[in-house]
Amino acid sequence: MKVGTREVIRVENLTKYYGKRLAVDNISFNVERGEVVGFLGPNAAGKTTTMRILTGFLAPTRGDVWVAGYNIISHSLEARQHIGYFPEAMPLYRDMTVRSYLDFSSRLRGLDKNRIKTRIEEVVDICHLEEYIDVLIGKLSKGFRQRVGVAQAIIHEPEVLILDEPTIGIDPIQVAMTRQLIKELGKERTILLSTHILSEVSMTCERVIIINEGRIVAEDRIENLSSLISGSKRIRLEVEGPSGKVAERLRQIEGILQVSYEDSHYIVECSAGQDPRGKIMETIVQGGWTLLSLESIEMSLEDIFLKLTTEGETSQ
Amino acid sequence: MKNTTTIALREFKSYLASPMAYVVTGIFLVLTGFFFSISSDTYYETSIRGFLGIGSILLLLLASVLTMRLLAEERKMGTLELLLTAPVRDSEVIAGKFLGSLGMLTAMLVLTFYYPLLLMWFGDPDWGPIATGYLGLFLLGGASLAVGLFASSLTSNQLVAAVVAGGILGALWFAGAAADLLPEALGEVINYVSLSYHFPDFMRGMIDTRGIIYYLSITVLFLFLAIRSLENSRWS
Ligand SMILES: Nc1ncnc2c1ncn2[C@@H]1O[C@H](COP(=O)(O)OP(=O)(O)OP(=O)(O)O)[C@@H](O)[C@H]1O
Ligand SMILES: [Mg+2]
Repeated sequence: MKVGTREVIRVENLTKYYGKRLAVDNISFNVERGEVVGFLGPNAAGKTTTMRILTGFLAPTRGDVWVAGYNIISHSLEARQHIGYFPEAMPLYRDMTVRSYLDFSSRLRGLDKNRIKTRIEEVVDICHLEEYIDVLIGKLSKGFRQRVGVAQAIIHEPEVLILDEPTIGIDPIQVAMTRQLIKELGKERTILLSTHILSEVSMTCERVIIINEGRIVAEDRIENLSSLISGSKRIRLEVEGPSGKVAERLRQIEGILQVSYEDSHYIVECSAGQDPRGKIMETIVQGGWTLLSLESIEMSLEDIFLKLTTEGETSQ
Repeated sequence: MKNTTTIALREFKSYLASPMAYVVTGIFLVLTGFFFSISSDTYYETSIRGFLGIGSILLLLLASVLTMRLLAEERKMGTLELLLTAPVRDSEVIAGKFLGSLGMLTAMLVLTFYYPLLLMWFGDPDWGPIATGYLGLFLLGGASLAVGLFASSLTSNQLVAAVVAGGILGALWFAGAAADLLPEALGEVINYVSLSYHFPDFMRGMIDTRGIIYYLSITVLFLFLAIRSLENSRWS
């Protein structure tokens, strides 16, 4: 009963109500084999709900989902066999050691019995858990528990990885490590990664699906998204010089829409597709002033939503 | 079957790693030991009826406590999410949990073998009623565990699960007592569905097929209800 092998995840008109509360509102999307796709959205957007449906934990109210070619309702076991899942908050049995837990997971997920021992060593190596393999999970710090979560998700070498905010609540070094790991895994596997951090998507994913209030508001390749983002870049400047005059000269630069002055910094709004940083520096040097700092301000997710929902039928 | 075994083994080991199981076992042994030692049946009949009488009632409580965390805790901790997204049938999850707790119950019953062994040391007990008594306890215990597992599938609160299990088991147990007050025809029906009605036969050394079928039916019924309840939680 396999359908469409190119699309590893296929979601059609998916709707989910919790009682009367609409959490996912008629969304459709596909993820192709080998893609790493970001599932981006603010709190309560419906990311976790969608992922719980994709993994078979929750049934949809309406709509259809296929994973690895199998319908998640009618051929649930087959579909689930191909999924590695990192749930939000990564719940684990605290009374088990890392080794016994991974052993349990690999059996449950159907890994060949003869492979279990070597595969545990492999994933422990991949996730840097060597020193903790015989420690009770309840005694691990959050960062290490999160690594155990990744380890159990990949232990049976699934075709699809569904990762629900895998970098939340851990320190920056581990965040970087996890992202690196996701990139590595993405070379061989299909990954759907949910996050509310914009930069995470541009760092790890090839394509992004943006969801808000249960609806997909944009879906595009990262290159296009980043031009959309840089399309309205903002730059913050610190300049030694007469504030009124500096602002006036800045406004005259081509590609700058607006200049404001707050907290002894200039905030410069640039128009779409323009990068006037070179010209800004020239102007300041020509004026005989001193440039103390210059930085781009990243657009926040909220800014993007605002942009997408106000002006943005552009990327659909 | 493989999945069921995997889950059952994890569950059984998790009992061994938790203080709760030892406390429950301890209380069970102390109380049954006490009643065994003060019961006149022990001395005049060299039988284990003193143990069986209190043991059967204690089993109901013990089953409620042993099973309360099986699903409620998984739901509360969120680990249920990984269990139910593994390629495992809901029926295998329930069967595994049930067998894990049955393993624990069996271990407890095995620890009480020293009551009949003591009798053998001091006298010449009739082994028939001892064997059927244990069979009865095992069947009753299995049915109670199934009820407890079902209760645990309903909630994420272990205490609520234990109270619900205790409530259902208590009602099924004492239904027999209420039956005596009712008109005969109705009383007989109620008696038949009562957990306590079938037990005395086992204590007397009789193998009552109706009793065996009854306890097995209760077990299967509540395991089935637990599976349905697990399935339902996906459609919430
Ligand atoms: N079990 C539930 N029962 C009732 N409502 C729920 C349940 N789970 C989620 N919701 C609601 O559904 C909506 C979507 O929630 P969901 O958890 O999918 O969002 P999310 O995008 O994962 O958010 P976050 O970034 O906070 O994790 C929210 O309004 C939430 O309150
Ligand atoms: Mg979420």
